Amino acid sequence: MQNKGKDTAFLGLCVALALGLAYIEVLMPPLLAAVPGIKMGLPNIILIFLLYRRGVASAATVSLLRIVLVTLLFGNTMAFLYSLAGGVLSMAVMVLLKKLNFLSVTGVSVAGGVTHNAGQILMAMWLMNTAELGYYLIVLAVTGTIAGLLIGLCGALLIRRIPNRW
Amino acid sequence: MEHIDKTRLRRNDVIFIAALLAVVAIAGACLYFLRGEGNTVTVTVDGEVYATYSLAVDRVEDIHTGKDGLNRLVIKDGKAWVETASCPDGICAAHKPIHREGESIVCLPNKVVITVSTADSGNQPDIVV
Repeated sequence: MQNKGKDTAFLGLCVALALGLAYIEVLMPPLLAAVPGIKMGLPNIILIFLLYRRGVASAATVSLLRIVLVTLLFGNTMAFLYSLAGGVLSMAVMVLLKKLNFLSVTGVSVAGGVTHNAGQILMAMWLMNTAELGYYLIVLAVTGTIAGLLIGLCGALLIRRIPNRW
Repeated sequence: MEHIDKTRLRRNDVIFIAALLAVVAIAGACLYFLRGEGNTVTVTVDGEVYATYSLAVDRVEDIHTGKDGLNRLVIKDGKAWVETASCPDGICAAHKPIHREGESIVCLPNKVVITVSTADSGNQPDIVV
C-alpha cells in the first residue's frame, strides 16, 4: 500500500525529472533547422511511465505542472497555450487508447506524440487565424510518430524494469 | 482472461503505426499535388525579407549576402530557380525550379530562403491574434 505522503513526494520527484529533461531539450540544438520547434518530448517518458503505473490522475497532474513550470522557466504565454493544447489533447487520446486496450505502451505513445503536435497546430491555427498552418500537420505527424515511438520504447522499458513498488 | 504484457510491442502497434504513416503519406501527396500555383516569390536573407518578386515577370536577380555571398535567382515562365551560387555545396543551384505555393529553395551557407507564395492583390494578409 502506498501512503499519501510518499505518493506526493514521488510525484514531486517526477515533476523535477520532467523539468530536468525539458531543460536538456532546451540546451540541445534543434533537430531540424527547417522546421523550428521540433522536439523529442523527453519529459513524456515520465508521463508514459506514470500513466501506466499510477493512473490518469498522476500523469495528468505531472503533465500540467510540467507545462506551467516549463513555461515559467523557459517559455512565453504563446508557448504555454500551445503546450496546454498539445498536452490536454494527447493525454485524452492516450487515456482513451489505453482503455481500449488494443495497443501496447509504444502504440499509445505514438498516438500521444501525433496528437500532441496536432493539438499545438490546431491551437496555432486558431490563435493566428491561419488555416495554412495545416500543412505543417503533415510534417509534424511524421515527427510526432518518430518521437512517440522512441519515447514509447523508452517508457515501456522503464515500466518493465523499474520495480513495482515505485 | 489472457494476460498481455503491455510493455512489449505488439502486432497491433506495428499495424497502427503503419496505417498512421500511410494516411499521412496520402494526405501529404494530395496536399502537394493539389497545392495551387503561387504567383510571387519572397526572398529572405538571414530571416529578414530581402525582396518579393512576381512570378509573372521574367527576370534575373543577383542576391548579394554578407561579404561575397551571391545567389543568382532566375524567374522565367512562371518558375523560379537559382542559376549560380557562391556557396560551396551548390545545393540551391541544383534544386528544381519552384512554382507551387509553399515550395522553397534554401541556401544555408548564404542564409537565403526563396519561397513561393500567393499574394492577394493588394494588401498583406492580416494577422489577428
